[in-house]
Amino acid sequence: MIVAKYRSREVISNYIILIIFALIAILPLAVLLFNSIKPQMEFGVNPLGPPSEIRFENFSEAWVKGEYAKVFFNSLKLVAGSVLLCLAVSLAAGFSLAKLNPKGSAIIAVYLLVGISIPAQLYIVPLFLLWKEIHLLNTHIGLIIIYTALNAPFATFLIRSYMIRLPDELFEAARLDGANTFQLFFRVALPLSWPVILTAGLIIALAVWNEFLFALTFISEEGFKPMATILFAFQWRFENNYALQSASAIMMVAPVAILFMLFQRRFISGLTSGGLKG
Amino acid sequence: MKIFSNKNFVAWYFVFPVAFIHLFVIGIPSLASLALCLTDWRGLGEINYIGFENFIELFDDRYLKKAIINNVIWTIAFLTVPVGIALTCAYLLTGIKRGQMFFRLAFFFPYMLASVINCQIWKYLFHPIHGLGGFFERIGWDFLAVSPFTMKSTSLFAVAFVDGWHFWGFLVVIYLTGMYQVDNHLYEAADIEGATKFQKFRYITLPMIRPVFVFSIMIIIIWSVPVFDYVYILTGGGPAYSSEVIANYMYSQAFERFDVGYSSAIGTLMFFYVMIIVALFGLFRKAGWDI
Repeated sequence: MIVAKYRSREVISNYIILIIFALIAILPLAVLLFNSIKPQMEFGVNPLGPPSEIRFENFSEAWVKGEYAKVFFNSLKLVAGSVLLCLAVSLAAGFSLAKLNPKGSAIIAVYLLVGISIPAQLYIVPLFLLWKEIHLLNTHIGLIIIYTALNAPFATFLIRSYMIRLPDELFEAARLDGANTFQLFFRVALPLSWPVILTAGLIIALAVWNEFLFALTFISEEGFKPMATILFAFQWRFENNYALQSASAIMMVAPVAILFMLFQRRFISGLTSGGLKG
Repeated sequence: MKIFSNKNFVAWYFVFPVAFIHLFVIGIPSLASLALCLTDWRGLGEINYIGFENFIELFDDRYLKKAIINNVIWTIAFLTVPVGIALTCAYLLTGIKRGQMFFRLAFFFPYMLASVINCQIWKYLFHPIHGLGGFFERIGWDFLAVSPFTMKSTSLFAVAFVDGWHFWGFLVVIYLTGMYQVDNHLYEAADIEGATKFQKFRYITLPMIRPVFVFSIMIIIIWSVPVFDYVYILTGGGPAYSSEVIANYMYSQAFERFDVGYSSAIGTLMFFYVMIIVALFGLFRKAGWDI
């Protein structure tokens, strides 16, 4: 897109303002990165600047002291389980809403739309008591089910809006060849939908990786906690050890940063398509 | 498509899993909460129907009042500062050729980070000894050498600042998608007329991006209601309830005092408020507001 012509003096002032805001966004992250490789001794004299000596041992120390091997595995389990379950149910529903349009399916769509805007504070207490009753508290499967429900409306609408643009002729041709509805789904719709599957998968993964409120409420046993709540506890446990704190934070940011580098456009388009809480 | 219409029951198989999980986790507990708000249940034992007593108590609860006021301040703060900065940045971004993608990624990246991470970063930066506080102390600005999270007068704004710092890049991207759709000829015509940068923004850009703009206003109002993470992590609502918000207050009523009926009443209040906002924007759209 070419946008209005600007005089060159204006362009320079544009850049100056934009650079200031970019620094406001990026510098705090740079400080975190610096601190993660700074020796704890140096914090007193040099709290904000780059380290004089790079110390990667902060990471190994944090990894061991925080038992991050287990914590990472907990988080990965939650992410993988939620992405798989949520994608499975959302793909089916998105396909049905886009191509099958059963009578009355509008009710489901409206229900899911309302579901997106219900504040968690309305249902979290009864859900907690229900989970306690059926012994899903402090289990990963319990949290995976919750994350699936939280993200399914968004994923369903994203998938529906993608599948609705797949040409009807493909489905009609397959049907004339004798394919049943399940075959239409598995053989025609799914192979054509990998871009939206990837986008939805990435957004669900990010949401689960970062989620705090439900992880805090439904997992109280240390051994089952994911990254987000462990990091919160870590901030109290090693209150003045900023090297360890920052190193653990970087470990949680790193996977997000790497995936963001690889899939910038998918993340941005997926997250701004509306409906996901940030 | 007619070819599928006789396969109705099969089509329902496909929506059933989503509907079931969502009802199980969100739908039914929500209905339960809407019923429990009329009881004095504490999670165990008998459930007594007490009518609207919880709500009468709610309107007398001065901590809740404080929390509601803080949520209103929070909403107004988010409707002005991040929106203003994001509009400016998005508009300036459309006026440059090189580095557009870099700025977009730089602005957006904090939005991808977990609340715990953002809170940790800013807790450190605002630390009175290690962070910027120490820096200000060294140059003699002692009044800035305290953590704003620990002062009654600033705690709410400090927390809102951290959340806003993480959020505004999202707005930039939303506004940019709207601004890219504006026809360039409009700007060219304005250039010939000798319009200033601000006039072009006010009379071309802003009216043209109205749908995106209204959408952003709506989600800010809705998302300002259940704000929880940042308050809980940074201040826990303190000091002395100065940064208390509804969601955090509800959480302490539910999981520290185990007052199920009362916390359900707070949840019910939040739910109806959000539904009214959604309905209002729906009405505006029906009234031909083009949003």
